[in-house]
Amino acid sequence: MTDSAMTEPVLSVRNLTVSFRSADIWRPVVRDVSFDVGPRETVSIVGESGSGKSVTSLAIMRLLAKGASSIEGEVLLNGQNLLALPEEQMRDVRGNDIAMIFQEPMTSLNPTFTIGRQIAETLIRHRRISAAQAKVESIELLEKVRIPNARARIREYPHQFSGGMRQRVMIAMALASKPKLLIADEPTTALDVTIQGQILDLLKLLQEEEDGMSILFITHDMGVVAEIAERTLVMYRGDVVESGPTEGIFRRGREPYTRALLSSVPRLGSMGDRDWPLRFPIVDIETGQASEPTEVAGTLDRSRTPILSVRNLVTRFDIRSGFLQRKTAAVHAVENVSFDLAQGETLALVGESGCGKSTTGRSIMRLVEPCSGEVQLDGYDVLKLGPRDLRRMRRSVQMVFQDPFASLNPRMSVGTAISEPFLAHGLGSKAQARERTADLLERVGLTTDMMRRYPHEFSGGQRQRISIARALSLEPKVIVADESVSALDVSIKAQVCNLLLDLQESLGLAFLFISHDMAVVERVSHRVAVMYLGEIVEIGPRAAVFGNPQHAYTRKLIAAVPVPDPARRSMKRNIAVDELKNPVRPRGYQPPKRNYREVAPGHFVQME
Amino acid sequence: MYAYIAKRLLVAIPTLLIISIFVFLLQKLLPGDPVLAMAGEERDPEVIAYLREQYRLNDPVVYQYFYWLGDVLRGDLGTSLRTNQPVTELILQKLPVTIQLAVMAMIFAVLIGIPAGILAAVHKNTALDYLANLVALSGLSIPNFWLGIMLILLVSVHLGWLPASGYYPFFVDPLRSLKTMVMPAFVLSTPLAAMLMRHTRSSMLGVLRADYIRTARAKGLSERTVVIEHGLRNGLLPIITLSALLFGDLLAGAVLTEQIFTIPGFGKLIVDAVFNRDYAVVQGVVLCTAAAFILMNLLADILYVLLNPRMRASL
Repeated sequence: MTDSAMTEPVLSVRNLTVSFRSADIWRPVVRDVSFDVGPRETVSIVGESGSGKSVTSLAIMRLLAKGASSIEGEVLLNGQNLLALPEEQMRDVRGNDIAMIFQEPMTSLNPTFTIGRQIAETLIRHRRISAAQAKVESIELLEKVRIPNARARIREYPHQFSGGMRQRVMIAMALASKPKLLIADEPTTALDVTIQGQILDLLKLLQEEEDGMSILFITHDMGVVAEIAERTLVMYRGDVVESGPTEGIFRRGREPYTRALLSSVPRLGSMGDRDWPLRFPIVDIETGQASEPTEVAGTLDRSRTPILSVRNLVTRFDIRSGFLQRKTAAVHAVENVSFDLAQGETLALVGESGCGKSTTGRSIMRLVEPCSGEVQLDGYDVLKLGPRDLRRMRRSVQMVFQDPFASLNPRMSVGTAISEPFLAHGLGSKAQARERTADLLERVGLTTDMMRRYPHEFSGGQRQRISIARALSLEPKVIVADESVSALDVSIKAQVCNLLLDLQESLGLAFLFISHDMAVVERVSHRVAVMYLGEIVEIGPRAAVFGNPQHAYTRKLIAAVPVPDPARRSMKRNIAVDELKNPVRPRGYQPPKRNYREVAPGHFVQME
Repeated sequence: MYAYIAKRLLVAIPTLLIISIFVFLLQKLLPGDPVLAMAGEERDPEVIAYLREQYRLNDPVVYQYFYWLGDVLRGDLGTSLRTNQPVTELILQKLPVTIQLAVMAMIFAVLIGIPAGILAAVHKNTALDYLANLVALSGLSIPNFWLGIMLILLVSVHLGWLPASGYYPFFVDPLRSLKTMVMPAFVLSTPLAAMLMRHTRSSMLGVLRADYIRTARAKGLSERTVVIEHGLRNGLLPIITLSALLFGDLLAGAVLTEQIFTIPGFGKLIVDAVFNRDYAVVQGVVLCTAAAFILMNLLADILYVLLNPRMRASL
């Protein structure tokens, strides 16, 4: 254990063991964890799901469900053991000495109270000041977290704020009683990358302003760790596998697991001038031996007609309001989007939430109805198809969704789920479907005996493999992968990306790879299209877009991605406090005519 | 907000019209000709013709509907065939009785069901939770009439604490009125309380798992504040809608309860009317009940919007 010598630590965790009870058996989920957090220090706990990092933070706050959990060891806050305090006194610690912010700013605020009331509540609870005084201080706190127009916004409800602004409100609430320690549990995971950059900057800034506040930062993102933490603990399945200064962990990670974790983190800018997508190296967690990643070359044949060709696609959603529910405005979700996708090619659609990338994917399959445009897919004129032909067309294009837990029917066995499309399209007998399913399961790295099992028996990564197998059952030519690896842990993400690349190589699949994760996109795609407010602002070969970004938004997006390099820790982005704009336009709005400039062959940028 | 209320009121109008058509057709579709009944033993064709003319029964059915609707809108629901009293008068006499019964039953149901539901949710899977569920199940499965009779036997006959039947107007003698109404209202409330308990429990269980509840705890708020202030406001939202829907059950239950406790209310009025083929009264009562049900749901929707800021925004 590295001691932050010289000064007394603010928080000192000693031999913390947390067990959960399931079916009357106590199972430890955090084992013998010890660490210190010094004054003004930021310590991060990094790990994948199930590593026990969040449980550790909740155990420190004693927020785990009583009866179903047991905590052993010591949690010393300035020398006082929190685990020995009566509940009454522990409540004086929570929100006062230790404050906490959470992953989901969307759901972590009470939807039925104004944010002013929710901030004031903490002030009144711990400082016993009047409601009027609390209101004045609430406004000051909102100003401190750089929420514009704080005086007016204090009366608003959480749903009136964007995700980033809600996280600022959460931080304001946490700062209310000037805590000694702030526990931040994945505070930026649910946010867009430019917003994440703003929140990380804000936390650094506040740490300088708030005298002596320490931060315990829980995350799965090595890039975020590198950027914010002085010291790091790596957790794996309930154990701390390695801890020490962040530089040391990144440069000379001793443990195989640390090295495995770091090697599966895609680094933006690591691809340079490579021509082809590159598989992720897979490190053996036991030995630390890394496999040499191989390129996926030669899947692409540009001489043939593109398998998918989209021209001037427009999709809008009407907004109705007023007494008679008249159309008053429209969300211009996809505005004049054009691109080609060749056989065996991966085109990435990148952008932040609300940019229209998912709607583009759905419009192409006509899962939502586009307003106008033209889509040629495998010989079909998609937007003109009747219901029967539309069904047949879907054999050519299939989709893999983001959430592997929600996109499989829990009451349908895996075998049934995979064979269903095959049978529904009448492509063969039940026996043939079974044979096909067995074949597909092996192709995606699972075993045939899993056919009879149900989704809940599988991990997230396995479920995503099942979803991929299901998409493959119709032998499609194009797969729309809508954030298909975004919800997965880093090491699993690397494996599933590799699987997609393998399938592209063996089956010649074309992917429309919809993602917000710039680093993954850089790794797997041939070409990249950057979307902003429903439009493609830049499109071109991967090396050109990442190596020579031309549009201001592309640059902003790339700059906001945390890079797993601790040398960048002191860096501040100085991104202005702004929110993502939304593409809602009044009725009768005529989108401006856009012109594109060809920077290099195939690299187009929208002119401003 | 006002626009929302106005809109909801406007939507209620076609609903009421559709109900009025059904109510009107009810009379037309039933066997038996009221004119024959009125014409007496002789069935003099002239008298019959005169009566038909007087009641405009020779006009097309659609016309007859509009005559009837015009009368209804003027507050004239016709005359009882049996007592010759105006139906409107009969309803106005009986309505306060049933309103008192229904309101008291609703209060009982809310006072029993919601706290029990909260307690069961907070103490999930403990003896308290099991007990509350057991009581709720009993409340749902014990028939009203049996519970009513048993209570009369115990409380009135053996203990002599409360009167077994009857009714006193509230504004004449409030205490006596409440005394006679407590038992029927309680009996009427039991299935309602049980359902409210079950739904409050599951709603609160969902809410108590929410992220903002964890935030509230992390602020150092007391468990009481967390559950009552942060939890209940959200947990009650679906219960409001449910209560309005259950109001229909309440009206149906009132018919039986009034029979058991011989309360001269709406329920008794409709039962008597049905047995006597007093269609004008049946129509009046059904129309009135439907209007009350629609009104309750309207109130619930407005309350829901008031308590839920997300709904307010979308208006």
